[in-house]
Amino acid sequence: MNKQTYKNINETIYSEKLANGLTVFLLPKPEMAKAYGIFSTNYGSIDQTFVPIGESEEINVPEGVAHFLEHKLFEKKDRDVFADFGKQGASPNAYTSFTKTAYLFSATTNIEQNVETLIDFVQEPYFSEQSVEKEKGIISQEIKMYDDQPDWQSFMGTIKSMFKNHPVKIDIAGTVESITSITKDDLYTCYHTFYHPENMSLFVAGNFDPETMMDMITSNQQKKSFKEMEELKRNFPKEPEDVAMKENKITMPVSIPKCTIGIKESSVELSKEAFLRKDLLGSMVISHFFSTGGEFYQELYKSNLIDDSFYFETNLEKNFGYSMIGSNTDNPDEFSKKVMEQLLSTNDIQLTEEVFSRMKKKKIGQLLRSMNSLEFIANKYTSYHSMGINLFEIIPEIQKLTVDDVNSFIKSWISENRLAVCTISAQ
Amino acid sequence: MDTIQGKQENENGLNLHFIQSKKYKTINIVAKLRAPLEKDTITKRALLPYILKQGTKNYPSRSEFQLKLDDLYGAVLSVDGGKKGENHIITVRLEFANEKFIPQESSIIDDAISLFHEVLFQPNVKENGFDESIFKREKDTLKQKINAIQDDKMSYANMRLIDEMCENEPYQLHVHGYEEDLNKMTNENLYDYYKNMIQQDDMDIYVLGDFDEKTIKEKITSEMKRDQSNSIQYNASKAKKSAGESKEIIEKQNVQQAKLHIGYRTNIVFQDEDYFALQVFNGLFGGFPSSKLFINVREKNSLAYYASSRVESHKGLLFVFSGIAPEDFEKARDIIRVQVTAMKDGEFSEDELTETKDQIVNQFKETMDHPQGLIEMMYQQVVGNKKLTPNQLVEGIRNVTKEDVIQAASKIEEDTVYLLTSEGGSKDE
Repeated sequence: MNKQTYKNINETIYSEKLANGLTVFLLPKPEMAKAYGIFSTNYGSIDQTFVPIGESEEINVPEGVAHFLEHKLFEKKDRDVFADFGKQGASPNAYTSFTKTAYLFSATTNIEQNVETLIDFVQEPYFSEQSVEKEKGIISQEIKMYDDQPDWQSFMGTIKSMFKNHPVKIDIAGTVESITSITKDDLYTCYHTFYHPENMSLFVAGNFDPETMMDMITSNQQKKSFKEMEELKRNFPKEPEDVAMKENKITMPVSIPKCTIGIKESSVELSKEAFLRKDLLGSMVISHFFSTGGEFYQELYKSNLIDDSFYFETNLEKNFGYSMIGSNTDNPDEFSKKVMEQLLSTNDIQLTEEVFSRMKKKKIGQLLRSMNSLEFIANKYTSYHSMGINLFEIIPEIQKLTVDDVNSFIKSWISENRLAVCTISAQ
Repeated sequence: MDTIQGKQENENGLNLHFIQSKKYKTINIVAKLRAPLEKDTITKRALLPYILKQGTKNYPSRSEFQLKLDDLYGAVLSVDGGKKGENHIITVRLEFANEKFIPQESSIIDDAISLFHEVLFQPNVKENGFDESIFKREKDTLKQKINAIQDDKMSYANMRLIDEMCENEPYQLHVHGYEEDLNKMTNENLYDYYKNMIQQDDMDIYVLGDFDEKTIKEKITSEMKRDQSNSIQYNASKAKKSAGESKEIIEKQNVQQAKLHIGYRTNIVFQDEDYFALQVFNGLFGGFPSSKLFINVREKNSLAYYASSRVESHKGLLFVFSGIAPEDFEKARDIIRVQVTAMKDGEFSEDELTETKDQIVNQFKETMDHPQGLIEMMYQQVVGNKKLTPNQLVEGIRNVTKEDVIQAASKIEEDTVYLLTSEGGSKDE
């Protein structure tokens, strides 16, 4: 077991890659009452086309299968996993994103036992035709719930306007039609391919002893056998640089229109250094211009084009990435025109040393604040790790960034062919 | 666990609470301003947070103000209003990095407290009112907020349920206020109200993190002073009202999914002896994925993705929420009613009782790990006017018996069934 201490942020992490391929991270935090465990696979809604384990032909699976599988792992032949955790004083949950499916719990007692329950329920699938059918009603209601949420429709609408071929444009939960065709065999195929320990990681943070925890996990894994893992073959269609549609207009009953501008990032995979730099600078730059103190925010605010629903976000993944800037607005045309102008004007902007130093301070403070949360650390540590990046070494990386770095980033940050607009309005 | 209770003292008309904790990499400083819920003041109280966070006397523009926050290593300020029972609470929160984690920094805390003081006591004021352009602009912001609730069907259904259920009770008042009152409000009115509020509201201040108490206390008491001469008398009597005949309200809109929300009178509030039993009732009934609502509405009958319940602690209410297909209304409502009856009849095992208590204790301990959660929990006791140490809270839950839960269940009365459903009848699919 490797032990690494980071004095400046007062964290110690233990890690090990087990014989079956599973990566385990343990972060003891004895000052906390609780522990948080998350067991995740690098498998999400974008993994639509792949070669199943032990086969040679590529297949396509129905939209929404990763999310469906997440629901069904909680149900066993004779019992429901929610009840198992409930008996041990823990609260379990799970989520499916574009790139990840994760199972998690938090608890303040029986931590070890709860970790074992977490591993076991994810590693012992039981799917029956009857229970698959039953789940369709539940997931249909989940999809209908999202259908009524303008914020979600606006988010997915922006994604769809940016991406032409990449499966990120598929709704994570699928559609009521696509999930109707899902069978228990689809679930087993996806399960065996993507839930191999080699493709998974376990992160436990909180109040526990790392030695006994690692022993328990190791001996649990030794008792189980898995097929030999070949290289996972996933297929992603080629994605152009340009956005799929410049404008996506959606009609649904809303009292105030919503408008979002999407900035599409290149789908070309980057080295880990380049990825980290792009990830950090991307979020710092958008926040510089569009956070409440930022110049662009102020212009939008003063022209009455936004209200307090205004937001921006960036998300950079291995083979896709995007940023969004959006708001409720009475005047979506003016809003989008203004934001586009602002974005295009950045090509000529040069930041000063003083400004960039404040941006770095802000980023460091944000990171420290996020690290109050075990959930943030566990999630972010795992996703950075899969890129070869160490979350606990990021503060010095931020400090190292120079004003030249940010200015050369800004130069190529925006180009018109990578901008799209999504509008939601009642007519 | 008792240590986190922290110290409390009254100085300069402020209730100061200092909570030492090494759990966090930040320091939180929070002010809670409390006044009774009233139609005359609710819209002003809804607008003030938007204005206060736009800037201060020394940092009058939003950008100057934000640059100051950025300089404090991205300190985050939030100001918002909310209801707790029949009280309105304005919360001002500043969270900033603890300088202990940043080499060569030693003035963040000092600067942050000064800034916090300014936000509360030295807003950006011109003669007899706030900056006029900010006042106008933020009125628009609030107006949009009032209208936008329409677009969040879950919140909308919740608001409508309370409208119907608590008609003519202060609790009915909308937390974002009312458009007609906003239109009538002048800058002068608002500023007068602010001056009154900042002196008269009950004010609790919490500082949480790893800090030197003596220095911080001196800093706070030297800057923040009020003469709270006539403290507000709160109507401590329970805001109860017997349910009477249950009513059913059906509203139609262009929606894909129907929202079935049901309101109950629990006749139990935070101060009551049987409050713990009510918490355990809620855990068994609808608070967790192992509860009756989740198991029966979702797992057994496949009717919903979510089906849960929540207790309102200061007014004595219980709410059930679920999202269903429009045609399943009667079926879902009846299943929910069956679960209430089952609770009243004691249809739960000793094992389920113990597990539920464990889950509640677990949830409570987790809340105490979270900086905002901890402060909210402590403030709950101020509003509820009952002091309990963490150990007493845990004991309170642990001591609840099956009889206690049945007894609490017997007090619960269905008041209003509210359904937001699709247009064209409930059998249209």
